[in-house]
Amino acid sequence: MIGKGLLQGLAVTARNLVGSYHDPDRYTTIEYPEVKPALPEAYRNFPFLVAEKAEDPLGTLRCVACQICEKECPPQCIYIVMDRDEKGKARMKPKVFDIDTSVCMSCQICVEVCPFDAIKMDQVFEIATDERFNALLLHRDQLAKTNTYFHQIHPTEAAEVDARLAAEKKAAEEKAKAAAAAKAASAKPAPAAPANPTPPPAPAP
Amino acid sequence: MTTTSVPSSESWLEVAPLQARDALLGLLPESLHWIASSVLAIAVLVGAFGLMFAYLTLAERKLLGRIQNRPGPNRTGWAGLLQPFADAVKALTKEDIVPRDADKVLHALAPVSLVALSLIGLAVIPFGRHLVAIELDAAVLYFFAAGAATELSIFMAGWASRNKYSLLAAMRALAQLISYEVPLLLSVVPVVLVAGTLSTTAIVAAQGGWAAGFWPHWHVLTPWGFSAFCLFMIAALAESNRSPFDLPEAESELIAGHLTEYSGFKYALFFMAEYFGMAALSAMAVTLFLGGWQAPLGWLEVLPSYVWFAAKLLALLAGFIWIRATFPRLRIDQLTRLAWKFLVPMALLNLANAAFWSLTAGWSGPLQAVRWAVSLAAVVVPFLLLSRSLFSGLGPRVYRYAPS
Ligand code: SF4
Ligand code: SF4
Repeated sequence: MIGKGLLQGLAVTARNLVGSYHDPDRYTTIEYPEVKPALPEAYRNFPFLVAEKAEDPLGTLRCVACQICEKECPPQCIYIVMDRDEKGKARMKPKVFDIDTSVCMSCQICVEVCPFDAIKMDQVFEIATDERFNALLLHRDQLAKTNTYFHQIHPTEAAEVDARLAAEKKAAEEKAKAAAAAKAASAKPAPAAPANPTPPPAPAP
Repeated sequence: MTTTSVPSSESWLEVAPLQARDALLGLLPESLHWIASSVLAIAVLVGAFGLMFAYLTLAERKLLGRIQNRPGPNRTGWAGLLQPFADAVKALTKEDIVPRDADKVLHALAPVSLVALSLIGLAVIPFGRHLVAIELDAAVLYFFAAGAATELSIFMAGWASRNKYSLLAAMRALAQLISYEVPLLLSVVPVVLVAGTLSTTAIVAAQGGWAAGFWPHWHVLTPWGFSAFCLFMIAALAESNRSPFDLPEAESELIAGHLTEYSGFKYALFFMAEYFGMAALSAMAVTLFLGGWQAPLGWLEVLPSYVWFAAKLLALLAGFIWIRATFPRLRIDQLTRLAWKFLVPMALLNLANAAFWSLTAGWSGPLQAVRWAVSLAAVVVPFLLLSRSLFSGLGPRVYRYAPS
């Protein structure tokens, strides 16, 4: 029948009109500032620094200021200064750790190259500021966030990282124990067995 | 509003507008009454329809939103109820840009004349039993003359902008006007023929009463009337440049058509005129086919007549919005084809049908059934034949290269 298609079209739109009032599958709008969207776990935007303790985030940063990420970052938006004591000896943590988020392109390369799992991708997307330069340059204290927070935003990745770190720690402890035992064993018959083929391993750093 | 004296036998609500008018007029000296009553009628019309325009834009956006599964404006005021006023402030504070090469006078005149011409049609619509601004003997003629002039304003806007898109839009508007003015008027003629008058009040009065106690004598409830109503609404969609006939402002092809060079308040005026035009044509459809201010059933007359009129008007306007949300735009050749090959023949046949109807007005008993059957056949058979022959071979479309 002629005009059937028109009526079918009208029926489709009418179903949408009615359905949007009772069917959440049809009504997909999230009224954003009041209702926060559920972000997918893999969502990422800018990096943050993982700290162990919430009470002292800056003191317990995992970062050792090795500056690998600074060198690898394609747009060169990371700036790190090593913290040193009065004698100039490195304290193995950053004095300055800045990321210019107006330059950062969210490539995650810094995360991939960090050997210490110290830098991870964040999910904060409400980053509008009223100042163009300094407000977008994030400092150490703004970047430091706890491992608990990391678990909240990327649970799978965080669990994997934690498991790996624990295994590494355990392996290192066992290795140190084995090394200590070997040292103790080799110390006693030292003069009797001069033909020890391997030197004892250096203690783990 | 006519100057008939207030009848006393009617409900309080029915005569309340008249009493309010008389009370206001009583404050003025006798010699000023004639002008004061006209000014009052104009003020009420512009005020009521202005407010309706404001909330129609909101309703349209809300409905379109819901049809597209989103909420529509809901931030300004409670549930977005202040949105139209926010829009008005925005339109008023925008810069008014006039192109350097434009015809300045015509460019400024076009939106104003468009609004004025869209509004004056409302003067002859009987909004209630006693509510008509001017009672003309040739009201129907006057209404359509005013309506046809609006397309001239659109042409003015397109021409004066000195913009190719605007000019193309203006030409499309004229093609559309010529195509659709004919079926629009031809679909009205049967009503005039059967009612035997060009006066809107008399046409509404002719639709009063009920057959067998429940079937209103509205024209839309007769075979020829239903056909004429459908033709009228299709042509009215085209006349008011609404989707799916919004070719003059087809934004995907013509930027914004004749609106391209307009900004700020002038743009808002065009917008306003579109809604006024739509409301005027819907009001005319209500008057001609849907029984005007008549209540559908006898006992429903407890509600005053103007409430019934408003309800029918709003229902038609919601239909306009629904159609806009559903159908894609026609091409210009499809548009003219539909008008000349389908609507005009249907309207002409319908005229003959209405003539038969009015000639057989005296038939009763079993002859009444014959009358209905003949009239119904005179609508359905040509519709099927015409549409079969016109649209055969046009679909469904086969996609040769894309997977379907
Ligand atoms: S974040 Fe990682 S790679 Fe970058 S300086 Fe710190 S420890 Fe090195
Ligand atoms: S995400 Fe990419 S661009 Fe951003 S700081 Fe890390 S390496 Fe640099």
